Amino acid sequence: MHPFSLVRPKTVREAVNAAAQAGADTRFIAGGTTLYDLMKLNIEQPRQVIDISGIADLSRIETDGGQLRFGALAPMSAVAADAVVSRDHPVLAEALAKAASQQLRNMATVGGNLLQRTRCPYFRNGAGGIYPCNKREPGSGCAAIGGLDRGQAVLGTSEACTAVSPGDWPVALVAVDAMIEVLGPDGSRSVPAGELYRLPGDAPHLEFTLARGEMITAIVVRKTNAGRVSTYHKIRDRESYAFALASAAVVLDFDGERIQQSRIALGGVATRPWRAPDAERLLAGERLTPELALAAGHASFREARAGRHNAFKLELGARTVADALLIAAERRR
Amino acid sequence: MSRQSSILTEGERRSAPDKATDGSFSVTRRTALGAGAAMATGAMSTGVGSVQLAQSGILPDHTVAVRTWINGRSVEVTTDARTSLLDLLRERFGLTGAKKGCDHGQCGACTIHLDGRRVASCLTLAAKADGREVLTIEGLSAGDALHPMQQAFIDHDALQCGYCTPGQIMAAVACVAEGNATSRERIREYMSGNICRCGAYVGIVAAIEDAASKMRRG
Repeated sequence: MHPFSLVRPKTVREAVNAAAQAGADTRFIAGGTTLYDLMKLNIEQPRQVIDISGIADLSRIETDGGQLRFGALAPMSAVAADAVVSRDHPVLAEALAKAASQQLRNMATVGGNLLQRTRCPYFRNGAGGIYPCNKREPGSGCAAIGGLDRGQAVLGTSEACTAVSPGDWPVALVAVDAMIEVLGPDGSRSVPAGELYRLPGDAPHLEFTLARGEMITAIVVRKTNAGRVSTYHKIRDRESYAFALASAAVVLDFDGERIQQSRIALGGVATRPWRAPDAERLLAGERLTPELALAAGHASFREARAGRHNAFKLELGARTVADALLIAAERRR
Repeated sequence: MSRQSSILTEGERRSAPDKATDGSFSVTRRTALGAGAAMATGAMSTGVGSVQLAQSGILPDHTVAVRTWINGRSVEVTTDARTSLLDLLRERFGLTGAKKGCDHGQCGACTIHLDGRRVASCLTLAAKADGREVLTIEGLSAGDALHPMQQAFIDHDALQCGYCTPGQIMAAVACVAEGNATSRERIREYMSGNICRCGAYVGIVAAIEDAASKMRRG
C-alpha cells in the first residue's frame, strides 16, 4: 500500500475544503470497506485520505414527514434495521440487509455504498497484475471479454468493459427515484440516484458523475403508498453473504386490481444500476399474472448481450424480475 | 461491559514492545515501549511529546496518533496511517486473538467490537479507533470465568482447528446483543460473514442458541 496522509475534518465544510485544496489523488473515506480494500490491492493509491467519519450530524436517519432522509454516514445496518424503513419501504431495508455481512454493514455507510467499485476479478487482480483492465489502467484492454466472464454484465456493456455494478442499495434507490444530495466546492446540488452512474463506453475508468471534491451528504426518498408494495429480490451463488448474480428491485403502484405504475431496477447484470422501462411499460394498466410477470422479466433483458459463460443471466435475470413482481404484489394486502 | 473488567495477560504486556518492530511503519522502539507501558499501567500519556501530537490528531509524516480503549485499558499510540486496526492489535499490542484470514473483509476471522458493534478489524483503519472502545476476544471473559458464548462453543464442539473461533465468538456475542439470534435461520443469516473451513457450522449455531438463552437470562 502506498503511503498517504490522513486528515480528519470535523465538519462537512472542512472536508470539502480539504478536498478542494488537495490534488486529484485524494479520497474521502467513510466506512472504508471498499476504499481501504482497494488500497491494499494497490488499485486505489491516494496520497491524501480525508476521513469523514468524525463529522457530526451526518449519520442521522429521519423518517418523519413526507420523506425518508438518510445522512451519508448512516451505517447500512442502522438503516436496514429501521422500523419505518422496513415497514414503509421494504425494498430499501431488504437491499441493505441482503448486502455483505453484519460486520461490514456496521462499517459501511449508505453514502459510501453508492460509490462501491466493481468486483470484476480482472479489475481486482490489482495494479501490476498480469491481466489488463480498462477500468484500472485506461487503454490497457479488457481480459474479461472472451475470458472468464460468468459474473460479467449483460446490459450496458461496451467493447471496453463488461464489469458489473456490484451494489444492491443503489439498485433499490434507482427503483424508488431517490435523490442524492451532494456538496462540493461550488455548493450543494441534488442528483437523481440513476444519474450518479456512467455507462462504461470507451472510458470505463470514469464511473460516477460526481465532480472532483464533491461529497455525498444525504439520500432522500419520497414516501409513497406504493413503497409498501415493494421488494428487493436477490439471487446468489450461496444463500447469504455473496454478490448478486441477478437481482431486482420492484415497487408497484396498484389501482384496484391493476398495476397503475411499476418501477423496476436490476442488479448483478448490468454495468450500472439498471432501470427496466420496457418492462414497466408492459405492466402499466394490467392485472399481474405469473405469465405477465415473466414477460416483463424477459422484456427487461431484450437488449442484453451475453458473453461466453454468462448467457444464463438472461433467463435467471428474467425469472428474478418475475419472482420479485409476484413477491411485491403479495404485499398490497 | 465496564472499562475495567478486562485485562491483557502478563505475556501479552511483555510481548508488546518486542513485537512492535514494524520498521517500515516508521515506529520507533521508544513509541512502542511507550505504548506497552500505557497498556501495562492504564496511563493516558506515553510521554515523548505525544500528547501534543495527539491533540492535533495529525502528524506530518504519514502517521497518526490514536487514543483508544482496548479491553478497558486506555492506550495511546502513534502509528503509520496505513495500519489496520487488526495489525495494530496484533503487532503493537500482542493481542493475537483476532486472526488475519483474508485481510479483505471476506472471512470474518478478524471480527472485534468497536463501540459495541462488530466490525472487520482488517478493513478498519487503526485511526478509526481513535476515541472509541475496542473489545477483542481477550477482553471477553471476566478473569478465568469464560463468557457464556465461549463456554457454549466448548460445550457444543463448535470448532475444529479453532482459527476462525475468536471471530466467530465475537460475531456471535454481537449477534445475540443485536437481537438477531432468535431462530436458527436468523442465526445462520447473521453469522454468514464468518467462514469456517472446518465446517463446524452445526455446532456453532447450536452454541449460539444455547448461549443466547443464558445471556438473555443475564
